[in-house]
Amino acid sequence: MTRQYRSRPGLVLEVDRSTAPVLMHHGEQLRLEKLPAGRSRVIYPPEPLKPIDDPDAAIRDALENPIDSEPLRELLHADMVLTIAFDDISLPLPQMKRPDVRQRVMEAVLDIAAEVGVDDIHLIAALALHRRMTEEELRHAVGDRVYDAFAPRGQLYNHDAEDPDGLVLIGETDHGEEVQISRRAAESDLVIYVNLNLVSMDGGWKSTATGLSGYQALRHHHNVHTMLHSKSFMDRENSELHTRNWRQGEVLREAGVKVFQIETTVNNDLYGDGALEVLGKREWEWSARDRATFIGLRASLDRMSPSLRRRSMQGWRAPYGLTSVQAGEVTAVHEITTSNVFDQQIVPVEGQTDILMFGLPYICPYNVNSIMNPILVHCLGLGYMFNMYRGRPLVREGGVLILSHPTEPEFSPVNHPSYIDFYEEVLTTTTDPEVMERDFEKRYAEDEWYRHLYRTGYAYHGVHPFYMWYWGAHARSHLGDVVIVGGNPEAVRRLGYRPASTLADALEIASDTVGHQPSITYFKNPPLAMADVS
Amino acid sequence: MSRGRESIVFERNIARFGAARIASQWKPGSGGSVGPLKLKTRLPELDLPADGWVRIAPHLSGICASDLAAVDGRSSRWFDPIVSMPFVPGHEVVADHDGARVVVEPVLGCVARGVQPVCAPCARGDLGNCGNLAHGQVSEGLQSGFCCDTGGGWSTSMVAHQSQLHPVPDDLSDKAAVLIEPMACATHAALAAQVQPDELAAVIGAGTMGLGVVAALARWTPPATLLVAAKYPQQTQLAHSLAECRTVAPSEILRAARRITGSQILGRGSNARLATGVDVTIDCVGSPASIESAISITKPTGRVILMGMPGKSTIDLTALWQREINLRGAYTYGREMISGRQYRTFDLAAELIAAADLQRMLTAVYPMNRYADAISHAASAGSRGAVKIAIDPRRGSR
Repeated sequence: MTRQYRSRPGLVLEVDRSTAPVLMHHGEQLRLEKLPAGRSRVIYPPEPLKPIDDPDAAIRDALENPIDSEPLRELLHADMVLTIAFDDISLPLPQMKRPDVRQRVMEAVLDIAAEVGVDDIHLIAALALHRRMTEEELRHAVGDRVYDAFAPRGQLYNHDAEDPDGLVLIGETDHGEEVQISRRAAESDLVIYVNLNLVSMDGGWKSTATGLSGYQALRHHHNVHTMLHSKSFMDRENSELHTRNWRQGEVLREAGVKVFQIETTVNNDLYGDGALEVLGKREWEWSARDRATFIGLRASLDRMSPSLRRRSMQGWRAPYGLTSVQAGEVTAVHEITTSNVFDQQIVPVEGQTDILMFGLPYICPYNVNSIMNPILVHCLGLGYMFNMYRGRPLVREGGVLILSHPTEPEFSPVNHPSYIDFYEEVLTTTTDPEVMERDFEKRYAEDEWYRHLYRTGYAYHGVHPFYMWYWGAHARSHLGDVVIVGGNPEAVRRLGYRPASTLADALEIASDTVGHQPSITYFKNPPLAMADVS
Repeated sequence: MSRGRESIVFERNIARFGAARIASQWKPGSGGSVGPLKLKTRLPELDLPADGWVRIAPHLSGICASDLAAVDGRSSRWFDPIVSMPFVPGHEVVADHDGARVVVEPVLGCVARGVQPVCAPCARGDLGNCGNLAHGQVSEGLQSGFCCDTGGGWSTSMVAHQSQLHPVPDDLSDKAAVLIEPMACATHAALAAQVQPDELAAVIGAGTMGLGVVAALARWTPPATLLVAAKYPQQTQLAHSLAECRTVAPSEILRAARRITGSQILGRGSNARLATGVDVTIDCVGSPASIESAISITKPTGRVILMGMPGKSTIDLTALWQREINLRGAYTYGREMISGRQYRTFDLAAELIAAADLQRMLTAVYPMNRYADAISHAASAGSRGAVKIAIDPRRGSR
């Protein structure tokens, strides 16, 4: 049966006494919370947009009719060196059902390359300082056909930002920012970047200038100053992060690195119309069956062991639908992509709030198939969620952010080894990102063990936890307090935040900062939405 | 009219040993109330064993981890031949002798025992290594406080050989002086580690002994980097006040050692160890976990000093063998060599206490009739914000 899409826009619901309790994610668990009437509002994300009926045809069309560029076929020739870079495991969240959009795009690109007779093709997961993708994850992203054709011959691999021979320094921007890129990409006649845009931060020159780069270049925008001046980093026009990436992109362009950008957007259909559909519905529209499903789901999750619960949740594959694909010149393509992302995600919101509240789910870009450790909780809450605004922050300056998450001090030693040290050494010394940057960052960035684990295992780069902390720098400077509901008290305090056992306690704690009758905004997610705050 | 001697007596009582052993598994220090101790009054004064022995009146006497192990029935059987019962515990003693304050160097070596000729270690001044702990003029007993003839500090009076007595410097209070014996142990362990200025050193444990070792290292042989595993906040604060060091939770020491050594971690979970490691580790806990931790963070051919009293332990020593690590114990004191000069450890300890203001480590003093509370407090000192607990026999049951 064909899936029906109502595609209603997002809305802001004023809470009164008759308002049903709202669903709140709490890591791998679910909660229903009753919000104070008369001063609370709930922001609901727009419903999933209707996807493109024939994604493969849309992709072919984008390649044949690119923006500000010749058609892809005309850019290819038989004796050329071609590199196809693609977004890594951090996108989308959660992973999508097969076939992944990247697979569709790459198969289309490779079909054309094969017709033209291009032989020298490398496919690179543009992961920058993220962890390497496993074979299974690569297969999921690019498909078995592509994987089996290229990986055995060493032509499909993860980017290595610590390979001394694998990176080249292209030059500097007029602001002194070094520009570094994969040697293979630099020496290619053409770099095709295959992007999957989940939020407006993704894509554009950030794809290549960051994804195929290394610490030497990344430190020029992955730093505290940049993050403090990115308001928000989800809004490119007001994002210092993007300004710097774009400057680096210009240097790449001027150096002759030719990039054909293919960007895609998906709708926010996380749950489809199956068993989990209730999680995407608005609570007052829950049927009796939805309620029963929710109660059963919540009880099941509560009864599972933490590891089983994690496996269950991480195993979910979202039935995202492709909503747009555009190809061609990087900036021109990205303008359209961003507009399409906003079409799916923007919710107009009037005015700021005293207290902003999120239920943090089990996943963020850096714990796919892994553990959401406390530093990632910070990053997801104060980095990503806080910054899901355009205009001005959803919470007023000096307001309070309330997050709901277990925040257990649990780490993956395989994926996040330097995070453990960051938690044990850095966070016990300071929570000030500028002090961290000054006193600790370099040592972690250059630590040989982390370098070894990044290059040979599946570890995030040694410096990565610092970036995660910096991601929340703007929020930290803006907020009066942060309270985490249901979080491990010791871990929450180590982050510099205040633990609360219940939402009522959290509101009581928040009253120290914002008084006793504060306005409250609960920004419901997932799926992701972005507030356009007037 | 004399009211006789009052003493806390440790008696051989199998049932009470068993009760203490069981109760202490639930709550360490429970042996103080259900174990083999008993406060006795109107006891006759102890006989002087021979010429050279004198009677002294303890002012304060500390509670040591070895006392706690004995009271809780956890002592190693190793001590059986070198202990005689019933005995009065208390080997950390500051006392009055004919109106002068003295501290007791409790090891019952050849001189105190009247053994002639003295054994080679005693001749060198290394009393802790005496080979005659079961012979001579007094009964078996490695130290005062474990010998039925000498009594111990948990008493209104005891006997000591004059060779055991050290005058207390005027500038040291009783509360400082009672720490001389444990700080002598700490000094001995720190110097036994032979730390060089360019070395990386780790200390596991930050109770009385661990903090003493930290202070001694800082005073006499500071390493390039000192890493201290401290479990409780006040231990961390004290460690930082005593030395330039990095403190971490015990569970975090492996990674902390990796960070300062630039090493790699091999293996996972309980099998994790550093590929290289620190030059020397002083284990001031003595548990199987702490010993394994010490070995796992020490570099191949490095040194591990075992200062904490271990007891019967199950430890995988493969690492010790494979990494050719030198493991040595550090028990008591005697004499030390610093820069080619020889010193008595007790003198160094007194100097250390004054210089580092270690008197602050004495957290609480209990009267004799509250010995069970004192023992309970000492057994949970860290979690209760304490370091060293002592008994004041002058505040007895009268």
